[in-house]
Amino acid sequence: MAEIAERLKNIIRPENLIYGKSPLLNEVTMHYCPGCSHGVVHKIIAEVIDDMGIQDSTIGVSPVGCAVFAYNYIDIDWSEAAHGRAPAVATGIKRISPEKTVFTYQGDGDLAAIGTAETMHAVNRGENIVMIFINNAIYGMTGGQMAPTTLLGQVTSTTPYGRNVDLNGYPLKITELIAQLPGAAYVTRQSVHTPAAVRKARKAIRKAFELSQKNIGTCFVEVVSTCNSGWKLTPVESNDWMVKHMFPLFPLGDLKDGGKDATEPFNIQG
Amino acid sequence: MGELRLMKGNEVIAEAAIRYGCDGYFGYPITPQSEVMESLMAARPWETTGMVVLQAESEIASIHMVYGAAGCGKRVMTSSSSPGISLMAEGISYIAGSELPCVIVNVQRGGPGLGTIQPSQADYNQATKGGGHGDYSLLVLAPASVQEMNDFVGLGFDLAFKYRNPVMILADGVIGQMMEKVELMDQQPRWTEEQVKQITGSWATQGKTKDREKHVITSLEMDSHIMENNNLRLQAKYQQMKDEDVRYETIECEDADYILVAFGCAARICQKTVQMARAKGHKVGLLRPITLFPFPEKVIAEMASHVNGFLTVEFNAGQMVNDVRLAVNGKTRVEYFGRMGGILPSPDEVEKALYHKLIGD
Repeated sequence: MAEIAERLKNIIRPENLIYGKSPLLNEVTMHYCPGCSHGVVHKIIAEVIDDMGIQDSTIGVSPVGCAVFAYNYIDIDWSEAAHGRAPAVATGIKRISPEKTVFTYQGDGDLAAIGTAETMHAVNRGENIVMIFINNAIYGMTGGQMAPTTLLGQVTSTTPYGRNVDLNGYPLKITELIAQLPGAAYVTRQSVHTPAAVRKARKAIRKAFELSQKNIGTCFVEVVSTCNSGWKLTPVESNDWMVKHMFPLFPLGDLKDGGKDATEPFNIQG
Repeated sequence: MGELRLMKGNEVIAEAAIRYGCDGYFGYPITPQSEVMESLMAARPWETTGMVVLQAESEIASIHMVYGAAGCGKRVMTSSSSPGISLMAEGISYIAGSELPCVIVNVQRGGPGLGTIQPSQADYNQATKGGGHGDYSLLVLAPASVQEMNDFVGLGFDLAFKYRNPVMILADGVIGQMMEKVELMDQQPRWTEEQVKQITGSWATQGKTKDREKHVITSLEMDSHIMENNNLRLQAKYQQMKDEDVRYETIECEDADYILVAFGCAARICQKTVQMARAKGHKVGLLRPITLFPFPEKVIAEMASHVNGFLTVEFNAGQMVNDVRLAVNGKTRVEYFGRMGGILPSPDEVEKALYHKLIGD
């Protein structure tokens, strides 16, 4: 035993460390349920901000919903927005402090229901901000009600017999709408359910933060996510459910990549 | 002496904001105050002082842009009219709860609902009792002239930063639309980044540096004991406003037997009524509250012990009259006279109401 301990001591040295907790993640216990995607996305954002060395020039805007306490977890300045208003709050911050990196972190209810107008118009103005969109097809914080992205047939506490088109309308593919707007620079849809997916999502979020430094329009990253508590499944079952039911409607990949549309075909001043 | 100009009240709000060194304006068009943003856009202050001007997609968005920008420690403002202020109520509550400074201009029109675009003072209760959810107060300034539209922009920002609280300039469609001579202030520079840091660096979101804890702008607190303390801190602030920043004007009140109480444009009408009544031998005075919150309750209470009655004159169904009654506390008579729907009473009408309701016909 003593020999093994001695050998381990020789291995656990700073020069051998290849991965660790981001210094930007605060030493507090996250309130997220085990299996929830929020923790992974928080970790990615903290790592990206740290890697880019922009802690002192980044301002986050947290939503209303499960991520309302995002400001407790990542060690940067935050503004906590009213429900759905994060894109307007971020607009105010970015316009008044254009040298700062500004991002919103919003769920599906926040971004695609109560805040749809703020979302669409911030992107349509081409606000030079990053928007991180957690789509888990349910309202987690309030106890599992229908979200704008809830799938047809999906059981929630306000669609106890499954989402029904006549009663509830269709799941909203807001990221596809966002990609149509000329103010959007980079629009992508990712997930974080496997190590490979986490690496891809990390690359996409890093790219969004980097592009936002260039002031070429809004960078929008949807992360198709799990809510095992809301879905009433185990974390593993949730990953399977997401792959089987959400990915067909919300396929992963880039929807737009290239910067705010430069041409102004409708400018009557020529 | 500053530059003299003949200007509309709404145009003066824009000009005063630029000259005061305001950092940003976020707004949405609505009659009768659209000239505020139109004047700002025409002036293009982003090319001179660096002031940001943005037309938002709604009043909801504009007040939350103010929330974000005010959280950065900058001097920012918005303006609207009654239905738009109702939409802003959510954001105003968050701004008050997060203790952010800003200036909000309400050029009132008649309600309820879409109501009318004609002038009104029917948002008195909304402005002075908070207007949104939760226990909070705005500091409310009521201009009665185009000159005061100019003066209250700067005063509003000074008070907003003194208390880290939203300040409302509660005007009405008359003051917003009428033209008067105004003495403008000289152009002041905007705060430098160093000044902003010096003044607001202890709380604003300016980027977390290694030498300090992160700053979070929020009104959220899940611990009821801390939340109660947050509320007590707000209430202490409102008490300080009552102790230090009550503003009012008295006209011919020294020997008065009867006092008219009116704010904004209604006070202009009452000034004429005082002259007319005095010409007939009635000792009538006028008290004009300039701050509607904090309300000049002490001076009214003092007057109540030696006058024969008060008549409030308001362009609403009788809102301020309740605050006057609270201050008077039963010591003498308090009556109300007003018109609604965008109709302004004439000095004659007020004089008749004064005799009919208070002095005796």
